[in-house]
Amino acid sequence: MTEKSGPSTTRRGFLKAGLAAGGAVASGGAAYAAGDPAITELQPWMQYLGDGVDARPYGYPSEFESHVKRRNVEWLTADTVSSVNFTPLHELDGIITPNGLCFERHHGGIAEIDPAQHRLMINGLVDKPLVFTMQDLMRFPRENHVYFLECAANTGMEWRGAQLNGCQFTHGMIHNVMYTGIPLKLILEEAGLKTNAKWILPEGADASGMTRSVPMEKALDDCLVAFKMNGEMLRPEQGYPLRLVVPGWEGNMWVKWLRRIEVGDKPWHHREETSKYTDLLENGDARRFTWEMDAKSVITNPSPQAPILHGKGHTVLTGVAWSGRGTIPRVDVTIDGGKNWHQARMDGPSLTKSMHRFYYEFDWDGSPLLLQSRAHDSTGYVQPTKDELRKFRGENSIYHNNGIQTWYVNEKGIAENVEVS
Amino acid sequence: MSKFLKALLATTLLAGPVAAEEFGLGREALPEEIAAWDIDVRPDGQGLPEGSGTAEEGEVIYVERCAVCHGDFGEARGRWPVLAGGEDSLDSEDPVKTVGSYWPYLSTVYDYVHRAMPFGEAQSLTADETYALTAYILYLNFLEDLDFELSRDNFAEVSLPNEDGFFMDDREETEFAAFVREPCMEDCKDTVEITKRAAVIDVTPEDAAARERVESAAEELAEAETTEAATTETAEAEAPAAEETAAPDPELVAAGEKVFRKCQACHMIGEGAKNRVGPHLNGIMGRTAGTLDGFRYSPAMVEAGEGGLVWNDETVQAYLEDPRGYIKGNRMSFAGLRKEEELEAITAYLQAASE
Repeated sequence: MTEKSGPSTTRRGFLKAGLAAGGAVASGGAAYAAGDPAITELQPWMQYLGDGVDARPYGYPSEFESHVKRRNVEWLTADTVSSVNFTPLHELDGIITPNGLCFERHHGGIAEIDPAQHRLMINGLVDKPLVFTMQDLMRFPRENHVYFLECAANTGMEWRGAQLNGCQFTHGMIHNVMYTGIPLKLILEEAGLKTNAKWILPEGADASGMTRSVPMEKALDDCLVAFKMNGEMLRPEQGYPLRLVVPGWEGNMWVKWLRRIEVGDKPWHHREETSKYTDLLENGDARRFTWEMDAKSVITNPSPQAPILHGKGHTVLTGVAWSGRGTIPRVDVTIDGGKNWHQARMDGPSLTKSMHRFYYEFDWDGSPLLLQSRAHDSTGYVQPTKDELRKFRGENSIYHNNGIQTWYVNEKGIAENVEVS
Repeated sequence: MSKFLKALLATTLLAGPVAAEEFGLGREALPEEIAAWDIDVRPDGQGLPEGSGTAEEGEVIYVERCAVCHGDFGEARGRWPVLAGGEDSLDSEDPVKTVGSYWPYLSTVYDYVHRAMPFGEAQSLTADETYALTAYILYLNFLEDLDFELSRDNFAEVSLPNEDGFFMDDREETEFAAFVREPCMEDCKDTVEITKRAAVIDVTPEDAAARERVESAAEELAEAETTEAATTETAEAEAPAAEETAAPDPELVAAGEKVFRKCQACHMIGEGAKNRVGPHLNGIMGRTAGTLDGFRYSPAMVEAGEGGLVWNDETVQAYLEDPRGYIKGNRMSFAGLRKEEELEAITAYLQAASE
């Protein structure tokens, strides 16, 4: 590092370096005649004292990680207040998404709610309509579960072909955290369900007043009214102080800033389940209530934002997989565009409706690669190719694109979003 | 209904009426509290309040409060939602999903307009105004005449053209047969060709920091490979510092005009500019904040003006950089401009255009 005379950020420098990377590269850092200065020279942090314990009362990442952040695609939406940004999947490992990196999707901006002023109301077809304060809610029995939340529109820009260069943009409308919350069943039972109670309508306290119809079967099965994520209170952008958790189902239903749940006998057919979040097929008809998220996977490294920079030799490929219908017992990986497949190594906890981590290590010979991953879920469903999916869906459905992703890696290690025959 | 639901339904029924353990938590909701929050409307009319309005009355409200984003004829400006048109487009290559072409139920229009519109001023429309706007949106879609009056009484009589265009999720029946399988693992195909590339239509946002990081890492590699020619490369990288620019630079003003697209959903500027969702911006530079006649400012904005806030390059830039942070509690629903160039451009444009 100290040998560098200054930063070079030119395009040419990059390309030139890329060319070189295709050749043989020494491992374990560069070879130096007089030893590696990172070792032979005294570094400032080895000599001088650092910050004390109270310098960072709420800790944050190293300054060298400042590029690891959520990112927006400006042309996607009219205004950032009703928009989305994306989780940097290519910078993460394991299965848990750090709270500050969980993608955001708001319809009326972030509601900044004083928890002392927050209420949850249950009304409609119940024996006794109820109002809870946050303090009341904290007295219910609670549970902890790790679940993925995927926006139904994740990968929605790719129906007509490869468009965005980076898994952050193609697959980053997902996060995976541990929620602490109250089984929704307990809260509904506290109000007492009438016999004709078949649906609920959760509603947000934000300026969009988000609403979705959720069938009672799901509400009583595994939904949570959550107040914590990864051990700490929900972030404002994730619905502080209260959000609905609807495991395995599309993210839009996980109403944030949850203030009310109405119980009814029919669905409401509100905006987000009619004009949006319905899947338009080729013949002009549309599927409604496509709640479950199909099994899906993506290779996060290498990928366009995370090229192979070490040249040929031992290479770690990794990615994530998930299914709204259960666990992911198996992921297959190909490096030749699908001619031959290899079972990836699953690692870390395998929890239902949670992200799973997979690895595939191989010896890269420096020739171009076509990388794909293919998830198998616990129901036997196997992630389809994009063309297989298009046979059923056409190209206009926006939502629920779980087709197999392909990255082309050239001999320099640079990756690009492509599709293959 | 999906197998999943059937299975769940069965379990629920077996379990019988829920033998609830009562925790005695919470308190009973008062009727006026439920009335305040329970504003949802269903296709069968449940939830509709008393009231009525004509399309003609709706037009006046629409022009004033909706057209800035949705366009004079519901055609929409920029990427704001299109409200009208798109008939017979759903099975085409470019489907246009509007109230007339796609939405199945009129109740959804009433519910959503009343619940969330105008954008940034939710729940500010009365029941009569919402009926009138709903009627006007029907008129924009050629579904009713301008003198049509919509009310709670005749609401259920109106059906939308695409009501039957939807069907229940059938993925388990249609797709699972193809996708639940044991896939090929070896010699699955003879040839593989790249058919589509993102590079062709590269619309990925520029990530300068990431590029720099990749470049410097790549460069390190290059240096390990060959230590020659590094100096000339670095010399080239030292780009000349940006030249100093005086205020009314035509290029900067032109750039500012582009940036202003983000503002024009709510603000007008130049000849004939009027107050819209936001105040018009003629003569903004040099004016005390919150003092334009005829515009209803938030108390926070008025207070800022009373506290001595005068708009100039510096204060406008500081405000636009972080509208909510700079004047807490003000009503402008804009997230802010993050880029230095945009801030400089917008002030140059505001200066030039309002003269």
